[in-house]
Amino acid sequence: MTSPGVREVLARCREQGRAALIGYLPVGFPSVEGSIQAMVAMVEEGVDIVEVGIPYSDPLMDGPVIQQAAAAALEAGTRVDDVFRATAAVRAAGAPPLVMTYWNLVLRRGVERFAADLAANGGAGLITPDLIPDEAADWIAASDRHQLDRCFLVAPSSTPDRLAQVTAQCRGFVYAASTMGVTGARSSVSDAAYDIVTRTRAVTDLPVCVGLGVSTRQQAADLAGVADGVIVGSALVRCLFGEGELSQRIEALRALTRELAAGVREGRP
Amino acid sequence: MSEQRPAVGRFGPFGGRYVPEALIPALEQLDEARLKAAVDPDFEAELARLHRSYTGRPSIITEVPRFAAHCGGARVLLKREDLNHTGSHKINNVLAQALLTKRMGKSRVIAETGAGQHGVATATAAALMGLECTIYMGKVDTERQALNVARMKILGAEVIAVEHGSATLKDAINEALRDWVTNVDNTHYLIGTVTGPHPFPEMVRDFHRIIGVEARAQVLDLTGRLPDAVLACVGGGSNAMGIFHAFIPDAQVRLIGVEAGGEGLASGRHAARFAADATPGVLHGAMSYLMQDEDGQTIESHSISAGLDYPSVGPEHSWLRDSGRAEYRYAVDSDVMDAFHLLCRTEGIIPALESAHALVGAMEVGRELGPEALLLVNLSGRGDKDMHTAAAYFGLIEEAQ
Repeated sequence: MTSPGVREVLARCREQGRAALIGYLPVGFPSVEGSIQAMVAMVEEGVDIVEVGIPYSDPLMDGPVIQQAAAAALEAGTRVDDVFRATAAVRAAGAPPLVMTYWNLVLRRGVERFAADLAANGGAGLITPDLIPDEAADWIAASDRHQLDRCFLVAPSSTPDRLAQVTAQCRGFVYAASTMGVTGARSSVSDAAYDIVTRTRAVTDLPVCVGLGVSTRQQAADLAGVADGVIVGSALVRCLFGEGELSQRIEALRALTRELAAGVREGRP
Repeated sequence: MSEQRPAVGRFGPFGGRYVPEALIPALEQLDEARLKAAVDPDFEAELARLHRSYTGRPSIITEVPRFAAHCGGARVLLKREDLNHTGSHKINNVLAQALLTKRMGKSRVIAETGAGQHGVATATAAALMGLECTIYMGKVDTERQALNVARMKILGAEVIAVEHGSATLKDAINEALRDWVTNVDNTHYLIGTVTGPHPFPEMVRDFHRIIGVEARAQVLDLTGRLPDAVLACVGGGSNAMGIFHAFIPDAQVRLIGVEAGGEGLASGRHAARFAADATPGVLHGAMSYLMQDEDGQTIESHSISAGLDYPSVGPEHSWLRDSGRAEYRYAVDSDVMDAFHLLCRTEGIIPALESAHALVGAMEVGRELGPEALLLVNLSGRGDKDMHTAAAYFGLIEEAQ
């Protein structure tokens, strides 16, 4: 594997004096092929790291846009196996793929088998929205064996003790939820985002990337001023909804990606 | 800080806390509050007062000889949780959690509900204690339990019909969890059953434990001996944990949970999590037995009773099953309706369809054990809410609308 990992990408962005852009899309929406084309398009337009979602029947951290996309993907027959095709394609396009998954999908496959399959298919690691480090002994061991990154989440409600405990188990970067709530674009990204990044930096040297609610170039620029990476999900997924040709929807996705990529380059003096 | 703390809230391998990090502080706050309350005489006195003068505890036991004639002649006693204020056992846990909500300085409660009994109990406690209240209920359930929707609204609660997914209890829980993670500052999620992340399974069990404590003494008092078996229906499993818990040390007493067999296992439309090819998994914050496909996607459950229509089960039940202390069987919809009808006609007691599952269990176990047997059945709720379903099933109403 010659392409860079998550840490190298984040270090390179830092050298360039900018934040990284991390883009989320779920596998299987609007189809497995379509989602892979869309992920590759994001990489071509400036996404530095791709967060590859696996659709799940009970996505309790997701708002309406991602819920709908996941439901449509499952309805169309998307399987967990499909995620490994996506990670391989994203890796071939030159960006590290991190898989975002609810925990039961990993448990069901078996933590060790999931980790081995992920590593064999170019995957860089996992983002686990409903797994806290306290419950993650098997995943921590498997990710060590397969040299995979582990992005646990921290939230505005996290106490200093929890921030220290959680970040101690992260590898790659720390995923900071900017607001209390579920995924979905918001008109303003709260002061809580600045607060959580600052408090997280106080307890770890790892890069801190911020997600939940980012949808515009201006928001990306604002967050790029404080965070090492800006994570965008629902706003990108929304581009893939609609009646038109898939190629047109992917054009809309490319346009938004270019805007966001410009945003993460504007945040710093 | 590289070592992990030991996992909390486990029943053997089951339970735990599989939730977003954002909820951890609220769960720790809740755990602290309930442990403090458990040793606080003021809390105990206030709860005891509410049980006595608001709910109407202790609930009685009723011997049902005419029904028992259909149970192999075994002696059958019903623990009458249906006589509680609001019509089911749910109020026991709700009053206690509402008191905790006030103690934690929160002003709003949210809850999920399937049959509507937990929603009604929560709306009731919110009215009593001046709390803001939002209830999440699957759209399918709002239709089959319309009476309870009206009750909740009359009591001042906002009822949100959840339309996505299977539009039943599991989707209502997803939506309640989304609300909680957004509003956790001022909101307590008043979970209505013995599942969810620690400390809910343990805490809700402790708040229902009074059912078994009372019943054990009442049965001894009436018959001079312990029952041979204690039976209860199991959806999430709160009424069953409530009546089982005090009997767990009595090794000679069989603990029998009855799941919803729906239209039968072969149909795939059931909620018998422990039957067929049962496997553990994680849903709604807890590791437990779960209806799931080979990828780990949740399989939709089915039951004629909304309160048992749930694809997972409280983690302590999984542990009681795997350790052999409790046994689980299931009752199919048609047998449930027959047992429902039989209790109405032989004893003049209209049970909830959920509780009628336990009655099917009593009929089977009574026939297995014969006339010497003594059975205690938790009649967890009354059937007023089920009149529409029952009337339609038995063809008592015109299909006019």
